[in-house]
Amino acid sequence: MSTTNTLPANTASQGQERAHRMTHVPRRRLRWGRPIVHLIVVVFMIVWFTPVLGLFVGSFRTQSDSAATGWWHALIAPLFTGYNYQQALDVIGIGPSLATSLAITIPTTVLTTILSAIGAYALTRMAFIGRTVLSLLLVALLITPPQVTLVPMLKFFDFTGLNGTVPALWIYEVGFTIPFGIFLVRGFISSIPGELFESAHLDGASQLRTFISIVLPLSAPVLASLAIMQFLWAWNDLLSPLLFLGGSSVAQPLTVNVAGLVTATGGSQAQLMAATFISVLLPLIILITMQRFFVRGILGGSVKG
Amino acid sequence: MNAILSSAPALILIGAIAIPILVFAVLGTGEKIIEQLRPRSARKVRPWFWLLLPLALITLILIYPMIDTVVSAFRSSDGSAWVGLQNFAWAFAGSMLGVLGNNVIWLIVFPLGTLVLALIVAVLFDKVRYERFAMTLVVLPTAISFTAGSIIWRQVYDYKAAGSQTGLLNALWTLIPGNQPVPWLQTEVVNTLCLIIVAVWSSLGVAALILSAAVKNMPSELVEAARLDGANEWRIFFSVTLAHITPTLLVVATTEVIFALKIFDIVYVMTNGNFNTDTIANRMYFELFSARDLGHASAIAVILLIVAIPVVVVNIRQFRAEEGH
Repeated sequence: MSTTNTLPANTASQGQERAHRMTHVPRRRLRWGRPIVHLIVVVFMIVWFTPVLGLFVGSFRTQSDSAATGWWHALIAPLFTGYNYQQALDVIGIGPSLATSLAITIPTTVLTTILSAIGAYALTRMAFIGRTVLSLLLVALLITPPQVTLVPMLKFFDFTGLNGTVPALWIYEVGFTIPFGIFLVRGFISSIPGELFESAHLDGASQLRTFISIVLPLSAPVLASLAIMQFLWAWNDLLSPLLFLGGSSVAQPLTVNVAGLVTATGGSQAQLMAATFISVLLPLIILITMQRFFVRGILGGSVKG
Repeated sequence: MNAILSSAPALILIGAIAIPILVFAVLGTGEKIIEQLRPRSARKVRPWFWLLLPLALITLILIYPMIDTVVSAFRSSDGSAWVGLQNFAWAFAGSMLGVLGNNVIWLIVFPLGTLVLALIVAVLFDKVRYERFAMTLVVLPTAISFTAGSIIWRQVYDYKAAGSQTGLLNALWTLIPGNQPVPWLQTEVVNTLCLIIVAVWSSLGVAALILSAAVKNMPSELVEAARLDGANEWRIFFSVTLAHITPTLLVVATTEVIFALKIFDIVYVMTNGNFNTDTIANRMYFELFSARDLGHASAIAVILLIVAIPVVVVNIRQFRAEEGH
């Protein structure tokens, strides 16, 4: 996949860079044992895709069917219904949940991207005492287990009255990802030729002007990969909304709502499937359509914990 | 105010448009002031001004909590008095031992399983023409939250004492004559392994992508030379490929270790720690919310932090090595 990468990316990843170079070298394929290779690859494909297929098929089956037989029976005797989706939206309240998930995720994604770019620009293009120490500190913070931050943040949000509000989650998610974001973007910005900055300076462009008209457009690919990763993380996070939004009047985001359904509804397995499918639809679309950027982000920041 | 805070469109407008504009306005105003300074002082002030907001957030969300958690770990359940090492004594005794034991299983089986499978994917997918498509299928679960993934796999592990099995695993399992359906999630140790499988299913894509990039960037001369020397594919894999991608393997391994350490969602959704599947992170959530014991919760967090330190060291070394050349 990374072989489709055609941009001169240097997001702190030698792997990606070299993978790019390798695309032109013909690889000799295995002669003997080829059927075995195909067999193993196909087994991986089946095992990895079948659960997703099961969710999709299961979400369209009738309540009584899914209680009586496994989802694969629908492949032989298809009987499908949209009722589960209607129920999920009306009864379980997936609609408001979806709105909260978006209200958390979109601002978190935008703010993480902007602040990481600003931080990375300062860290790579400005010389100052403590720069190396700061870089090392960021690397160390990359692997902080989120659990370490929970008790104090809960106290802080209680103290400031932000507990149970969506902005609390913005602050938390953005702050938690910024070390990774800066780390990812700085590798990219440092690969922008210095002459570009010099000529901008000679033309009388201010730092902010340079940042907006040179740095941001040029690092758009890496910013896109950061945005995708933060979108997925924020959208899929369960622990932080569970803690910082729990018990408030705000509709719970999809992950919390769907996780709650597991224990709450004993019988309506089919509705749970529909709700779950709604919750994974947007991330799946984003991953599939923007796979190239997603891969770049992963390869650039392969030390994220 | 409350109306705004519960209206999703308003929140999105504020967070994704108003705040970014504000940030740029502040940067612009600050720059105007800095430009008035003498060049020497401007050079000194500017980086810190630009880093102000990112660093403030990092301090608030990561550094201050870390210090506070370490302090709380030595204080009583409501944080009112010092209790010395009492919380840590609790963390290494009684029911916590089983929890720690589960985490040890996670720490060994999860990284090992993910690495071995990711290596197979990275090396074998490289040899087929439909690699892109195959890889997409393996990467797909990355977009699926652990919550959703757990719900999907709960169905796979579904158990019925008799009759038509609704769970795929038991349906396949009972195809073998003589096999009785197994309550996968209620059988101790087996259930922890079942949870680990869900984690591997979720995380394999990322690990495989990273290793795949490392495999592809092997200089082809290396492989050709080995082939000319008469080495077979196994030999090439073990003496050339494996040696070449060891640094990458190390990076992936550290990521997986951290992941295993902080695993929460999968356990929370699939078993909620029942049937002896509890892990440290889940126990911490319980201590925080059900038991309301800040001391115990903080002690657990500190244990997580201490176990993570070797990984920090590895990462910093890796970083310095990369900066070096």
